[in-house]
Amino acid sequence: MKKAAWLTAVMAGLMAAVGLAQADNISINGAGATFPYPIFSQWAHKYNSLTGVKLNYQSIGSGGGIAQIKAKTVDFGASEEPLKPEALTEAGLVQFPMIMGGVVLVVNAPGIGPGQLKLTSETLANIYLGKISKWDDPALKALNPDLKLPSQAITVVHRSDGSGTSYVFTTYLSQVSSEWKEKVGAGKSVKWPAPNSIGGKGNEGVAGQVKVVNGSIGYVEYAYALQNKMAYTQLKNKDGKFLSPNIEVFQAAAANADWKNAPGYYLMITNEPGEQSWPITGATYILIHKDQPNAAKAEAMLKYFTWCYEHGDEMAKKLDYVPMPKNVVEMVEATWAKEVKAGGNPVKFK
Amino acid sequence: MSKSSPLTSRGDYYFKWLSAVCAFITPLLMAGIFFELLSNSMPSIKKFGVGFLFSQNWNPVTEQFGAASSIFGTIVSTLIAMVIAVPLSIAIAIFLVELARPKLSKTVGTMIELLAAIPSIIYGMWGMFVFGPFMAKYVQPLLQGTLGFLPFFQGPPMGLGMLTAGIILAFMILPFICAITRDVFQLVPNVVKESAHGMGATTWEVTYKVTIPYGLVGIIGALFLGLGRALGETMAVTFVIGNAHRISPSLFAPGNSIASTLANEFTEATELIYLSSLIELGLVLFVITYLVQMLAQYMLRKMYKSWSVGL
Repeated sequence: MKKAAWLTAVMAGLMAAVGLAQADNISINGAGATFPYPIFSQWAHKYNSLTGVKLNYQSIGSGGGIAQIKAKTVDFGASEEPLKPEALTEAGLVQFPMIMGGVVLVVNAPGIGPGQLKLTSETLANIYLGKISKWDDPALKALNPDLKLPSQAITVVHRSDGSGTSYVFTTYLSQVSSEWKEKVGAGKSVKWPAPNSIGGKGNEGVAGQVKVVNGSIGYVEYAYALQNKMAYTQLKNKDGKFLSPNIEVFQAAAANADWKNAPGYYLMITNEPGEQSWPITGATYILIHKDQPNAAKAEAMLKYFTWCYEHGDEMAKKLDYVPMPKNVVEMVEATWAKEVKAGGNPVKFK
Repeated sequence: MSKSSPLTSRGDYYFKWLSAVCAFITPLLMAGIFFELLSNSMPSIKKFGVGFLFSQNWNPVTEQFGAASSIFGTIVSTLIAMVIAVPLSIAIAIFLVELARPKLSKTVGTMIELLAAIPSIIYGMWGMFVFGPFMAKYVQPLLQGTLGFLPFFQGPPMGLGMLTAGIILAFMILPFICAITRDVFQLVPNVVKESAHGMGATTWEVTYKVTIPYGLVGIIGALFLGLGRALGETMAVTFVIGNAHRISPSLFAPGNSIASTLANEFTEATELIYLSSLIELGLVLFVITYLVQMLAQYMLRKMYKSWSVGL
């Protein structure tokens, strides 16, 4: 017992010494969506080397991020599903979009290469509803007269874990298909109606299952389709144009989003108008408490987010993410100035 | 002598109590887990009642939950695993103990024990990327070609699904059952076997009439250990079972198990009733495992009485 007490004393002393030596070194903790994890970790690393501020991000999923920020176990949460304005007020949170990206469809069927298969919103919804169950279905044939589609069953691949990506995807399907909206709806996990469907855990799980199951179709974040060299499809957007996924069409969709008229930034950027708008685009939102308990920490955190908005663009684009446009960043900064307080005083972020 | 004896008795006293506390912690822990599961699943039990066990509907959007497909998948995948692993592992154990040369027996025995040390996620990844495509390309078309008229082998061969999950589970529990069965067979006294041989019995007769009955209790114990592991296996199953909340007669079709559902959905379940339903699933698995163990104990006790031989 004595030994233990002695050890504790030494540990406490050591920790105090470390604390004194690095009084300026603040560490900020976040948790949430898995989708932005690659870019968050790069930003954090770079920012740490520039300023010494330590950032820890646990990619545990959007739902987990929301739960943890509500429980105040982290300094910020990240989610692909925005919280409704009422829910924000109730929990005393502020929400703002941080980064955007595109969800793409990938297929594994003989004779279909990257960017070759054309899909419309109706055919996509019908495939995921199980109404189109063969690759040589007349509806698919009519859209793709040049492709030799195999007479093979379609296996629909979806996320088996609750996920923000599923939320973005099912939100899109609910927008374009009234039958989907009625029968299934939108959510981080839903009841997948197609009889011939399987689930994979995480983006990498869906990518893996599409790769190994012949005749399958799945939805993943764009980066996973690129990394795995998978056959992504073209999609017809709201304006009736067929597009192949790339960062320009994601950006076009993002630029058309009407953030100004979305209180609490509660906005889904799926099915946006515009000739060059990719139809299934999603944003990751950051959640922080309006009342910050620690002024120094709050300042460091907002300064970090400001740095990400201003200097993180190139890194984001390299990883196929879409940075937030300037006008949206200005709106977010205005929100911070108005709503985020530490001990009743506004928090500096510039 | 006189100096040390009071110290020893005091030591005995303390040791007795220390070990008693340790022994009581286990049932306390069991009861604690049970009541924690029960109290946290109360919202779901109140809302869905007994229907939870029989409904196949699992819809997080409308917040309707039923455990039938998960229970079905857990039982079916475990059954497939047992049907494959039990005869195989007993055959291997007989070979290692009765037929193989000592050197070969030792080498193969070590390898089987090594199989047990492979982490389950490795089995899962291997199952998804190597074994699944193999099933889709060769095994499933073969089954469909020969036994395709049965409802068990309908549907497109995807490679992932109930059958693949069952086979992967069989790979995983085989080393456990096999290693214990081998040890049990080795414990059969040589005198007994030799006397049977002396009566003119063949190797097969000795195995069938002496070794197996002698070690039967131990074998049953090994089976239930394997069964328990198969029921609760999570990661490997999640990779290959297909993760669909559906009951299908076809073994090619994707399904899910209680453990895989928990692994998939627990992190993102933020609504109270969703979380509570998942916890009730955990409670169901807890009860199933407990019942299986009770059954095992009961069978073992009965066997001790009626056979009155062996270990």
